[in-house]
Amino acid sequence: MVYGRYERPAGPAPTPPLFTKLLIAGGFGVGKTTLVGSISEVRPLRTEEDLSELGVGVDDTTSVELKRTTTVAMDFGRITFPSGVVLYLFGTPGQERFWFMWDELAFGALAAVVLADTRRLPDCFSSIDYFERRDTPFVVAANHFDDSPVYDAADIRDALDVDSDVPVLLCDARRRESVKQVLIASVAHALARHQSAARR
Amino acid sequence: MTGDEQWLDREAGPVVRPYAVTRGRTRPHGVTVGLIDLVVSAGRRSADARGLGPEHRRLLGLCCSPITLADLASEADLPLGVVRVLVGDLQERRLITVAASSGESSQNEKVLRSVLDGLRTL
Repeated sequence: MVYGRYERPAGPAPTPPLFTKLLIAGGFGVGKTTLVGSISEVRPLRTEEDLSELGVGVDDTTSVELKRTTTVAMDFGRITFPSGVVLYLFGTPGQERFWFMWDELAFGALAAVVLADTRRLPDCFSSIDYFERRDTPFVVAANHFDDSPVYDAADIRDALDVDSDVPVLLCDARRRESVKQVLIASVAHALARHQSAARR
Repeated sequence: MTGDEQWLDREAGPVVRPYAVTRGRTRPHGVTVGLIDLVVSAGRRSADARGLGPEHRRLLGLCCSPITLADLASEADLPLGVVRVLVGDLQERRLITVAASSGESSQNEKVLRSVLDGLRTL
């Protein structure tokens, strides 16, 4: 595992490294930090701040009782593939007062993952709206919490009313393999959309 | 600001506030550097670095070989906004060069395939 800076993998690298990025969006406290941490090879680029009284009424902490800190900057992760391609993961700030950062994060992103908490589905509506408006390919991943009721993906799709071609899947942001499947789904969706647009 | 900054107490926070190292500036001169744009030192002699603060020098040291802005901020352990301003200063003095790497390739089929292949073999 490589810590710190990008290092070229051993062996010949005929082409310069290719830097790409994915966005991880979703409501406050939905597990974006956990998801990025499950698969990244670098420490997150973030500022954890204590939830203070200043945030009361601003940050809705209903049903996130266990969360005492929140990410005020952004989550940042990196995966270096043997081919030399580097994939960065950027978590979008969960609170609406940080929305000014979204356009820059979204610029040039391959795709996005909207992480949802089935106990608080409306929290991810604004992320879905944003990516629909921007025409950024995205998938919805419902993160499993120990006390969340079990729904299947079709129920979640109905509740969110997303387009039928948008993949909706269940995940556990703590498990690397599960996170990997979510990332694969998002890039595969972007590729499928690209191919169908090219055919038109 | 060093890694072991002093804290007066909980309310006061670190003695050196992040934007103190930028002298209060929150926006860089010139074009904003993207998160995955590559920053690299121009390899000039240290005489060109006169008048730079310790954070400028630290960033300069970290970009001897090409590094993305996000990695630079992560390694320097400074807030992204602060790093942007300082990188803007270094760029203005032509001590570093910046190569944009985001944007144009995002909807390229070859790029999408290579990322997908990479993820599948993780």
